[in-house]
Amino acid sequence: MSERIAQLDVRRRAPTVIVGLLVGFALLYIIVLATPSTDIGGNWRTTTFGSAIDDWQSFTRTLLNGLTFAALLFIVASGFSLIFGLMRVVNMAYGSLYLIGGYVAYEVQQKMTGSGFTIPGIEVSTWEWVLPAMVAAGVVGLIGLFVQQVFLSWNQGQELRQALITIAISVIIADQIIAHFNKGLASTVTWPGWSNRLVELPLLGVDYSLARLVMLFLGVAVGFALWVWLYRTRTGLVIRAGVDDLQMTSALGVNIKRTLALAFVVGSALAAFGGVVGASQGAVAPGQDGQWLLNSLVVVIIGGMGSLLGAAVGSLLYGLTFSFSAVYLPTIGDNCCTQYSIVFTFILLALVLAFRPQGLFGKFT
Amino acid sequence: MTRDPKQITERIIGLVAVCFLLLAPVLVSNYWVDVILTQMLIVGIAAASLIFLAAYGGMISLAQTALAGTAGFILGNLATVGGEGGESKGLSLGWDPTLSLVIAIVGTVLIGLFFGAIAARSTGIYFLMITLTFSVIGFYFVGQVTVISGFSGIGGINRYTPGFVGDMVNDRFRLYYIAFGVAVLVYAAIRFIVRTPFGLSLQGVRDEPVRMSSLGYAVPLHRTLAFGLAAFFAALSGVLLVWWQGQIAPGDVGLPATIDLLIVAVIGGLARIEGAWIGALAFILIGNYIRDSWLTQLLDDLHIGGSFNTIIGLIFLLIVIVSPDGLVGLWDRLWGRLRSGGDSDAPGAPVSPVGAVPREV
Repeated sequence: MSERIAQLDVRRRAPTVIVGLLVGFALLYIIVLATPSTDIGGNWRTTTFGSAIDDWQSFTRTLLNGLTFAALLFIVASGFSLIFGLMRVVNMAYGSLYLIGGYVAYEVQQKMTGSGFTIPGIEVSTWEWVLPAMVAAGVVGLIGLFVQQVFLSWNQGQELRQALITIAISVIIADQIIAHFNKGLASTVTWPGWSNRLVELPLLGVDYSLARLVMLFLGVAVGFALWVWLYRTRTGLVIRAGVDDLQMTSALGVNIKRTLALAFVVGSALAAFGGVVGASQGAVAPGQDGQWLLNSLVVVIIGGMGSLLGAAVGSLLYGLTFSFSAVYLPTIGDNCCTQYSIVFTFILLALVLAFRPQGLFGKFT
Repeated sequence: MTRDPKQITERIIGLVAVCFLLLAPVLVSNYWVDVILTQMLIVGIAAASLIFLAAYGGMISLAQTALAGTAGFILGNLATVGGEGGESKGLSLGWDPTLSLVIAIVGTVLIGLFFGAIAARSTGIYFLMITLTFSVIGFYFVGQVTVISGFSGIGGINRYTPGFVGDMVNDRFRLYYIAFGVAVLVYAAIRFIVRTPFGLSLQGVRDEPVRMSSLGYAVPLHRTLAFGLAAFFAALSGVLLVWWQGQIAPGDVGLPATIDLLIVAVIGGLARIEGAWIGALAFILIGNYIRDSWLTQLLDDLHIGGSFNTIIGLIFLLIVIVSPDGLVGLWDRLWGRLRSGGDSDAPGAPVSPVGAVPREV
């Protein structure tokens, strides 16, 4: 009898052990096994930079790239998760809100600086970045409020219908962006001039872009602000109660409709703010709405819907996987394997879904 | 029930439609046959796979476009011969077209089963999100991996067709009739499957997953198998699609294409299989005839700006708000109203997966 139980136990643990071994191997590969690329061919151990021990600086930069990307992911996905957690609305127009945020900030910054197509970074003051970001967040927050009040407030609970409605809105917005913002060209918001340089990090001895560190700081700041809001204020209390049981919260005499609208506005504003940061770091361009919808989805599927901690952990896992798989895959021949990095995003997702369908920090409803 | 006037009317309309489609090459212009009707049949098959999952499995899958594309990409990589395609990328293995066709379909079904197994433990909105994620990752995969496609895609696939299928480049009516045959088979297969024990228990899983599970039915297995079956239908549509357009590129599996297919299914109606082809026809007609009509002109006059996509989005929005069951749902409600004198919730009306308030699982 006990043998039989032991057998079952082994069988149940086998997947966990295999996954553990694979993750362990991946870490071992990055830290020790990888060797820098040579001119002639290479083998399965050949990567662009080599292992963390061989090339500490590149490893640190990759790590920082992952962390800063995770910060941007968190800014965007936390709003998506907030909206979903409270209202069960999968806002498929979320990537469109991200795009509008980036484009509005671009237009405002162009107006403020009066410059032409590209602005030299040195000419942008902190204010000339912050104000466009605030305007973008405000405008998109209002758009979110409009969408929520007109299209989503009367069909609460019909999840699929709401998803379809937001899909229709995303189709319209995508087309309208091309018609109205900068002829639908890729547009860049310029970081404030002071951040446009490399700083040498103490202890690590690595030069790194200050702007990306600002991005990391913004992500942490947004996370902290959300935490204070959700866990230290009365509104946050109501929202967390609503995430657990919307009807019961409403029955307790809370004006839940106002809370829902507020959460939708904040969620939309976060998408827009993420769009501004994303447009500053790279650019916004039509078609990125799908990409950022995907990013938000991946983060909340990994982390669990409606959980702030889940969004943070999901962002970190996705950001690091994305960053490391793009650099630390073997480069045999000219361009082998690093092009398969997208597969790792899928593997991460599949693993989480296989072990915890509700996400790492999600609850079953 | 055979005396039901609604059913009789539907049978007559169906019969007329089939006759019309059979005689279409004689009745309408070549453009109509080659572009509108052939496309309608092919897109309809893909939409039918989506509606099959939605109506009988309660799963709205956004992976059907990606699965159809998978079949197209496999076929394109295996069947084409290198060098001749000019710019086209891909492996160009030059295998036997029949073998390539079989591998493309079987491979897609296997991939579908794999995806289905991962997604099967989720339902409703989670399922939609997970399948959407699969589909977008698939898009980036074929875009990134230049060995199998790259962003330019694979061309000239329709020149390498199996012997029993024949020439697709010059004989367009042949492609039309093949698409017609496949569409009829898919329709009949779905109508048959939902009456089998598997189909019935699948509908049980849709309505009462917890009860079915405690009765001893393997709920995730049913969902996975249904997903594999839908992948098979999607694969058929994907193969026909690459024969029709001759090429396949990542754009064919991108988010806009995925959403287009969902729009087709929703316009038609997610509650009944017939909606697939009705929605496809409506969507293609809108695409062909509204593109440069007074409606787009109206956008300019109102200084709203935007193109055809704004109109498609607005139409889609209108349909989802007014009639979440699409055109077929509108038809059903019309009959319900006729029969019961104004009571639209007549008994026997099909349950829409969209309009219904989902049950807590």
